[in-house]
Amino acid sequence: MEVAAAKLIGAGLAAIALGGAGVGIGTIFGNYLSAAIRNPSAAQKQFPTLLLGFALAEATGLFALVIALLILFAF
Amino acid sequence: MATNPMHQFEVHKIGPSLSINGIDISFTNSSLFMMISSILIITFFILGTKKISIVPGKIQILNEIVFNFISKMINETVGNDAKPYFPFILTLFVFILTMNMIGLLPYSFTVTSQVIITFFFAIVIFIGVTIVGFVKNGLGFLKIFVPSGIPVFLLPLLVVIEIISFLSRPISLSVRLFANMLAGHTMLKVFGGFVVSLGIIGGWLPLSFSVALTALEILVAFLQAYVFAVLSCIYLNDALHMHH
Repeated sequence: MEVAAAKLIGAGLAAIALGGAGVGIGTIFGNYLSAAIRNPSAAQKQFPTLLLGFALAEATGLFALVIALLILFAF
Repeated sequence: MATNPMHQFEVHKIGPSLSINGIDISFTNSSLFMMISSILIITFFILGTKKISIVPGKIQILNEIVFNFISKMINETVGNDAKPYFPFILTLFVFILTMNMIGLLPYSFTVTSQVIITFFFAIVIFIGVTIVGFVKNGLGFLKIFVPSGIPVFLLPLLVVIEIISFLSRPISLSVRLFANMLAGHTMLKVFGGFVVSLGIIGGWLPLSFSVALTALEILVAFLQAYVFAVLSCIYLNDALHMHH
């Protein structure tokens, strides 16, 4: 197979990792919402933890982006 | 005119090119924006602390908000004995936040989108935390690689995993900040390019999307600075109080 085509396929495959990031962000916000509805008084205190979890989960998807960019431009 | 969305990340020299022993030390747009953010931070804090009163003025309130925010964060993650590290964490947070925010202005340069700069921050924290750990615990700091309550036959495997996860800390810390900035700014520019190429008829949809993305990017710029500071605090906590 030609190298250019293989590069494009590889970069596309690297984007699959975004599915994991989506599941992670969905789990975090869904669990936060259900817990906040059960106990609204404790919700405000856990908001920074929610944002921390959101940022950590989002970053894993961006690692995949870095790998895709490396495949496309660095090799 | 649609330009390359990666064009904004190019580092170019401003003024004459200087070098010492073959190492290029010319003044670049990266150093220019770092200096701008440092000057902004210094004026902000000087203005806020110039006339301290019990009933604070506007800038003093902003100063106190930043101060209390970081102070509370350190107290929650590390505990009260982390007070000596407060100035470092505050400086780190405010510097990264200012650089991220300045990068969101059009035609400016995002310093934190250069992986070497974020890696330098991360490696300073990594080495500093390791030194703090060895000074506080002596050779007992090596116990950080040995999780407690594990069957003996699993230990050789787990110690290797712990060492790898410890050594990958600076990489994950730096790539997280760098990748967020890189992806966000590329996305903003790509959508900006859609607005231009679709013209006045179809360009409204990407334009409104672009406004929403800018709001998201402001959130991300703040969050990544916060996450960087929180993770440094968590690493510091590992070194100060050996949990496992």
